[in-house]
Amino acid sequence: MNASFSSSSSSKGMMDHGDQPHVLAVDDNLIDRKIVEKLLKNSACKVTTAENGLRALEYLGLGDDQNNTSNVSGLKVNLIITDYCMPGMTGYELLKKIKESSVMKEVPVVIMSSENIPTRINKCLEEGAKMFMLKPIKQSDVKELRCQLMKYGS
Amino acid sequence: MDVIVQLQAQFVEYTTSLYREGFLDDQFTQLQKLQDESNPDFVVEVVRLFFEDSEKLLNNLATALQQQCVDYKQVDAHVHQFKGSSSSIGAQRVKNVCVAFRNYCEEKNLEGCLRCLQQAKHEYYLMKSKLETLFRLEQEILAAGGSVPMMT
Repeated sequence: MNASFSSSSSSKGMMDHGDQPHVLAVDDNLIDRKIVEKLLKNSACKVTTAENGLRALEYLGLGDDQNNTSNVSGLKVNLIITDYCMPGMTGYELLKKIKESSVMKEVPVVIMSSENIPTRINKCLEEGAKMFMLKPIKQSDVKELRCQLMKYGS
Repeated sequence: MDVIVQLQAQFVEYTTSLYREGFLDDQFTQLQKLQDESNPDFVVEVVRLFFEDSEKLLNNLATALQQQCVDYKQVDAHVHQFKGSSSSIGAQRVKNVCVAFRNYCEEKNLEGCLRCLQQAKHEYYLMKSKLETLFRLEQEILAAGGSVPMMT
């Protein structure tokens, strides 16, 4: 069994992440959110979840209040992983908003989707997504992602 | 000791049959692998969430298909959700019905959709009852002082 310890579910008051990247996971599906959260925690990541693009942007300090350019939570986000198909704002639209932001554009964004559509995948990669993952996500997918993250630093 | 061995054998046989009959697929195994000492009830929690979510979706689907003017986009959105969650927990037969269901939505085929809804309900409740049996078997093993065999 994997020896990684589970980090606290609350990101409030955390200082340095050490070698535990802080991941923002965005998905409108409650079950998928819970699973992705566990997958990431099992890979020694701190996790914050958001149920849609708007909430994600608010968390990142990119919400409607454009004057707030600092990260609301005070804890730096090292990776954003988002579902593609979400009501309101799709994962692609969220990706674009993140890449348009001077503050957040360097943060790697990973897109997840249950549908294997090459044009969709290319569109996301062209817009700057680091990776595209096909759902349902497995532990091996997250391990791979973790390796990629380590390579590029946090 | 015999009781535990017997219960464990029952558990293994039951689990194997669920995979063999296509109720569960590899994704369920993946879920079980995620469970650990820090979160020993992970699978049960996720599955309970799935039950709650699914029953809401089934109700929403029934309502949406009863409308004078059916909004197939809305129906499809619900089926997409259902397909997603069932796929994520490894509920293979439910997922397969959802795939067919989405095709009928695209064709705006009301009869096809209604049939799929019935099938989805059938498969879902069947899956639910089997998972509840599985969890009960797990509890019996633990209550007898044994450990639940890991299925790989």
